[in-house]
Parts: sequence; C-alpha cells; structure tokens
Amino acid sequence: MSESRGRPVTRTTRRTVAASLIAATALLTASCTTGGSSSKADTGAADTTPVTITFWHGLSSPHEVDSINSVLAKFHKKYPYITVKAVAAQTDDKVNQAIRGGTAPDVASSFDSKNVGGWCSSGAFQDLTPDIKADHVDMSQIPKAVQSYTEFGGKRCTMPWLADTFGLYYNKKLFAKAGIAGPPRTMTELAADAKKLTTFNADGSIKTAGFMPYLGGYEMLTQYLVTSWGGKWLTSGGQSSVGGDPAFAQALTWQKKLVDWFGAKKLVTFKAGMGDEFSAQNAFETGKLAMMVDGEWRNSFIKNDKSGVDYGTAVIPPAEGKSQFSGAGFVGGNVIGMPRGAKHPGAAWKLIKYLTTDTDALTTLADAIGNVPTTIAALNSPSLGLSKDPHYTPFLDVFKNPLTTTTPASGDGGAYLTNFGHFVEKWQSGGVPDLKAGLTAVDKQNNAALKLGQ
Amino acid sequence: MSTHPVTQLPLVAAPLRARLRRNRLRVLLFLAPGLVGFTVFLIYPLVMTVWLSFTNSNMISQASFVGLRNYRYLLDGDPQIWHAIRNTGWLVAIMVPAQVLFALGVAMVTARLKAGASLFRTVFYLPALAPPVAATVAFVCMFNPNSGPVNRILGLLGIHGPLWFNSPDWSKPALTLLALWGSGTMMVIFLAALLEVPAELYEAAELDGAGSWQRFRYVTLPTISPVVLFATVTGVIAGLQYFTQAMVASQVANGNIQAAPGYPDGSTLTYPQQLYIAGFNEFHAGYACALAVVLFVVAMAFTVVLLRRASGFDIEESPR
Repeated sequence: MSESRGRPVTRTTRRTVAASLIAATALLTASCTTGGSSSKADTGAADTTPVTITFWHGLSSPHEVDSINSVLAKFHKKYPYITVKAVAAQTDDKVNQAIRGGTAPDVASSFDSKNVGGWCSSGAFQDLTPDIKADHVDMSQIPKAVQSYTEFGGKRCTMPWLADTFGLYYNKKLFAKAGIAGPPRTMTELAADAKKLTTFNADGSIKTAGFMPYLGGYEMLTQYLVTSWGGKWLTSGGQSSVGGDPAFAQALTWQKKLVDWFGAKKLVTFKAGMGDEFSAQNAFETGKLAMMVDGEWRNSFIKNDKSGVDYGTAVIPPAEGKSQFSGAGFVGGNVIGMPRGAKHPGAAWKLIKYLTTDTDALTTLADAIGNVPTTIAALNSPSLGLSKDPHYTPFLDVFKNPLTTTTPASGDGGAYLTNFGHFVEKWQSGGVPDLKAGLTAVDKQNNAALKLGQ
Repeated sequence: MSTHPVTQLPLVAAPLRARLRRNRLRVLLFLAPGLVGFTVFLIYPLVMTVWLSFTNSNMISQASFVGLRNYRYLLDGDPQIWHAIRNTGWLVAIMVPAQVLFALGVAMVTARLKAGASLFRTVFYLPALAPPVAATVAFVCMFNPNSGPVNRILGLLGIHGPLWFNSPDWSKPALTLLALWGSGTMMVIFLAALLEVPAELYEAAELDGAGSWQRFRYVTLPTISPVVLFATVTGVIAGLQYFTQAMVASQVANGNIQAAPGYPDGSTLTYPQQLYIAGFNEFHAGYACALAVVLFVVAMAFTVVLLRRASGFDIEESPR
C-alpha cells in the first residue's frame, strides 16, 4: 500500500528533478556567453586618466622580451598616463580561451595570421576601422599583400606588426666547390644547381643535399614555393583556386621531379637527420644543406648560433618564363589587435597604433629581433640597421615588391592550407596519379570547409 | 472487521509518508554534492555538446541552428575524417590488444620470478611514470632513421631499419611500441590480480593433469577475467581518445609545426586530433561537437558490447 502511495511522490520528484535539470540547462545555455562586448570605459584621445592595460604577446626568448619592454618603455614615456602590463609567451589558443571566458587582454598579438579570418568574422577581435579613420592612419604605408592578411570580410580587426618574408639561403663555400658562380636565377637553374651540389655516401644515402625539395622540410612549404609561378590560393570571391590556377600544378610538377631525382625515401631519411630547425644543429648552419628556403629571421639565428657558415641570400628565383615574378615572394607575419572585451579600448588603440605605425618603435624592434618592419617609412628609415646588412637586402626587397603575395585570411583558420598540406603529403610520396584531378578535389574540399562556418 | 483497516490505514500511513519524505530529503541532501558535480560536469556539458553539434558555433559569436549540416559534413564533406577514423580504428584493433597481451605477459613473468622480482617489477613499471610528451619525443629520437640508435643497432645486425615515425606504414607500429613500453600501469593491475589467484586452484588443476596452457586457460584467465575486462574497456576508451602521443610524434618527426597534422601522409592523424583541429584551429566548434557526440556514442557502444560479452563469459567460465 505504501509502495502504491509512494508512486505519485516518486513521479512528482522525478518531474521536479527533470524540470530543475531542464531549467538549469536552459539557464546555463542562455548564460553561456562568449566573452563580454567591448567596454564603454574608454579613454578617448583627450582623456589622460591613468590606466593600466594588458598586452599579451608571443615573444619569449630573453632578448626578445627585453626588446619589446624597451619599446613599451618609450610608449609609456610618450603616454605617461598609460601603463602597459606585458605578458610574454602567449599563444592564440590562450587568447581565444580568454575571449571566450570574458577575460581577454586589452591588446593581443599573434605570430601567425591564419586566425585573422576567424577573429574578424566572429567578432573575437574588434574592427579597428573607426579608430584608423578617426586618427587618419595612412594605410598606404602598408603594402597591399600585408594589408590582405590582416583583414577579412571588410573588417580590419588586426594590424601588421613586423613581417616575415622568404628567400633563398646558399652556402658560398659549397657553391665554389661545385663551380657555381652565384645563386640561381630561375627555378630550372635551382634544380640543376641542387643536383650539382648534392653528394652521396658510399651506401647511397645523401651526405650533403643541394636543396631540400621535400615539402614540410623546415620552411620548404608550398606557400613560399608557388610564388615563383605566381600562384594565388583564393579567388577574389574567397573560393579555393589551387585547381583552377595552373601555377600550383606547375610548381608541384617541378618539385616532384626533384624529389624523384633524389628518391623520396632518401630525402625523408636525410630530412629526419637534418637537426632541429631552430637550433645550432640546423642543417644549413652545419653545412649539410647547400641551399634552403627560409625567412629573414635565419640571419639572426646564424649569428646567435655562432655558425661558421659562409653564406649569401637571394630572392627565390622565378620559374622559367615567369620573369615578371622576379624579386617577388611571400610575406606573412605578426598581427596585433584588440580582443572583444578589452577594458580600455582607447588606450589599447593608442598602443596598437604606436607599435604598428611609429617608425622608431618599428625599427627598434625589427633590428632587435631581425624581422622586417611593416611600413614603407620604417623600411626606408636611415635608423633601420637591417637595411645596412646585405644579407637582409633580398628580404626587404621582397617586402617592397608589388607582386609579393600571401596566404589570404579565411574564416576557417586557414583550413585550405591544412587540406592542401594533406594533399601534398600524398603527392610527394607518389600517391596521386592524376595531379589535375587531385587539385580539383582539394578545391572542392576547401570550399566545403569554408562553407561550414557560415 | 472489514472497516478496521480502512479506518486505521490513514492514521498509520500519514506519519510513514512523512518519514519517507524526510528520508528521501536526507538521502538527497547527502547525494547533493555528487549530484551537483554530476549535473554540472557531466550532464550539462553533454547536453550542451549535443545542442552545439546542431549549430554553427565557433564558441565566440552567437551560434545559429543549422540542423544536421555538421553530421552531413562528417559523413560526406570532411576530407580527413575517414583517414582519422581508420587510424583510430587501427589503434583500437591492434594497439589496445597488443598492450593488454604485453602487459599480461610481463605480469605473468614477473609474478613467477623468485629472485629480483621487486627490481624487475619496478623496471617494467617505471616507463609509465614518464610524461607522455617527453616519452614520445625520446622515442622519436631513438627511432630516428638517420641518427637514432635503434636503426644503428639493426644495421649492425645487417637489418636495414625502416623509417619508423617518418613512414606511413611504420608510424602506427612505432606508436604501438611506445604504448607497449609505457604499459606499466596495466602490468601492475594484472600482477595484483595474478597474485590473488588461489594457489590451491593450480594444485587441484595439476592433480587433474592440467598442463601450463590448460592451467592458464581454465584457472588463471577465468579468475582474472574481471581485470582483463577492465583493462580492455579502459584500453579501448583510451584508444578512441588517443591524441597526445600521435600529435607530438607527428610534429617532432616532421620537424615543422606548420605542416599538415598527421605526418607522415596523415598516418598519425587520429579522430580526437581532427576534433581538436576543427574546434580550436578552424573555428568549427559546432562540427567539433558533432564529432564529440559520435565519439561518445561509439565509446558507449564499445563499452556496452564488451561488458555484455564479458558478463556471459564470466558466468559460464568462472570457477567461482
């Protein structure tokens, strides 16, 4: 009897528990905010109320941190009412998490521009256009390619803050030994030189590689290679164009021929023993690699690692018949912006503007960490020490070249590059029988991924 | 007589109901911390994950309902997902049984040792204490085809070593070797179970003329079957969630963090990696949630099937 009488009570309890759960879930769902919107506690141009802003950056080595701190000290001197609390060694994941949690810093930077599309389209980073217009910032000081990787969908949510350009490093001693007078002027010459410079051990394994054509070996990536053929990753409408643009098939065909000459297995074995890229065991620095594609930063690594390599630098040569791309190359680099939820947007914008447009700030930091400054004024400044070092000349020239390209921002965090990366892995190991059909399939995959986030 | 129970019942039932209610409240009060934790840390994330899997969430801006789009993309659009499913399936089908058998084998050997048993048990257990990232980096260096000691030793024996973590055919076997090396925890659990098998059962089996295989098959295995089941279920779940070692091995072997994940040739790209990439690198949190829901369902299904099969085995075969 008591059991039967207990049933309604149990049902009621269940209903209560279920209703509570649903209500709690609904409440939590509704309250699952993704970071606060920008604060209204702004410090406008005339506002000199003392504020402390937080700045997250990715620099981590002691000399880099010292350099940025010295630049921030100059900023504080210029704006004594703004104190910057800099936090080093921050990553994009941490920045995203802070934005989602509503604890974002006032200013954040990234080494990589691949997240710019996602940040702009989602509103994770605030559109800086009103501030740029209000302060009449001259955006023509920034090359078009650099502008393109720092904005997305009509929103400029980041500014470029030092750039990386890519060129060819070559070992002068090994060149002289092989009887080669100077750096190659076309990709055909590069392939021929690579073969001349390569030596093999008695067991057939590679002793010294003239060049590392295997994509993924250090900075040997398609995005830097395809500039020699003038390849464009996305159409003006934001659709994938690796299958439609013949430059990709031409570049990959050139690359595969060289891989086949070495033998893919031999190259992979050699690559495994090349030594860590960012250490003194880097194969170019130890003389095991005669030529390689790398960023301008390698110059400072060679110096800091006290490598004895006698080397020269040049632009990556254009492909045969593509001389119009001579001197052009790839540019990418650091970006800086104001995350959603920044507590002091006015002061944050002042810091962003100072770091990205002030010639002294740019040249000081560029010289200290060996990166390319991101405005033409800083590039032409007599105080830029890098411009006096001939090793940097090709990299600075690439930056200035109007045909220099980049990997454009996309809303999916650059998934088109990841898909392409998977494809070239298959390609260079001989797993793609029909290159054209394969690239067309990559276009389809990229476009499906781009559509997913919409 | 007939009216007696009718008139008495409400008088008895009222205090009983009150007492029952008080008891329930007391039980609920004691259960409350657990229930709150269960709701906040399990039910809520689960419900949210299912809900987000039907949206275009990027975990930053407002999400919109997109119906089954994420699930359709999983089945038909994601170019890497079947690669990731195959790799994870390989790890569950090969690596997990290999790990269980290896740990059981080592436990049986160390259980029989008369001298130096503690030393050997410690030696076999120690690798389990190594942090996964450090252990993976060390393994990739040891198996480096160019400069690693493993291929050098194989070379001295006249064997041309494979490319290990740099070969699509050998990367998963290399990860399996890493898993075997680090299976000390499983070995200790098996060892504890083996030492608990009553010695008189072996004596009785010997008197019945059972050989070593029959003793293992009809005495050891049925007795330790709950532990084997536990190791298998947790191993399968861990296999389905295999992430850190695969990602680290891929990046260290490739030497380039910008390259596509899963090096070489997508052979170390696992399902949880693809989930992570979708959610955290590509701003497709809704799709990542769809992947998580599928992973949850598959893990649940595996667990239920294993438990059902094993309970039958336990009832029929156990000597207890």
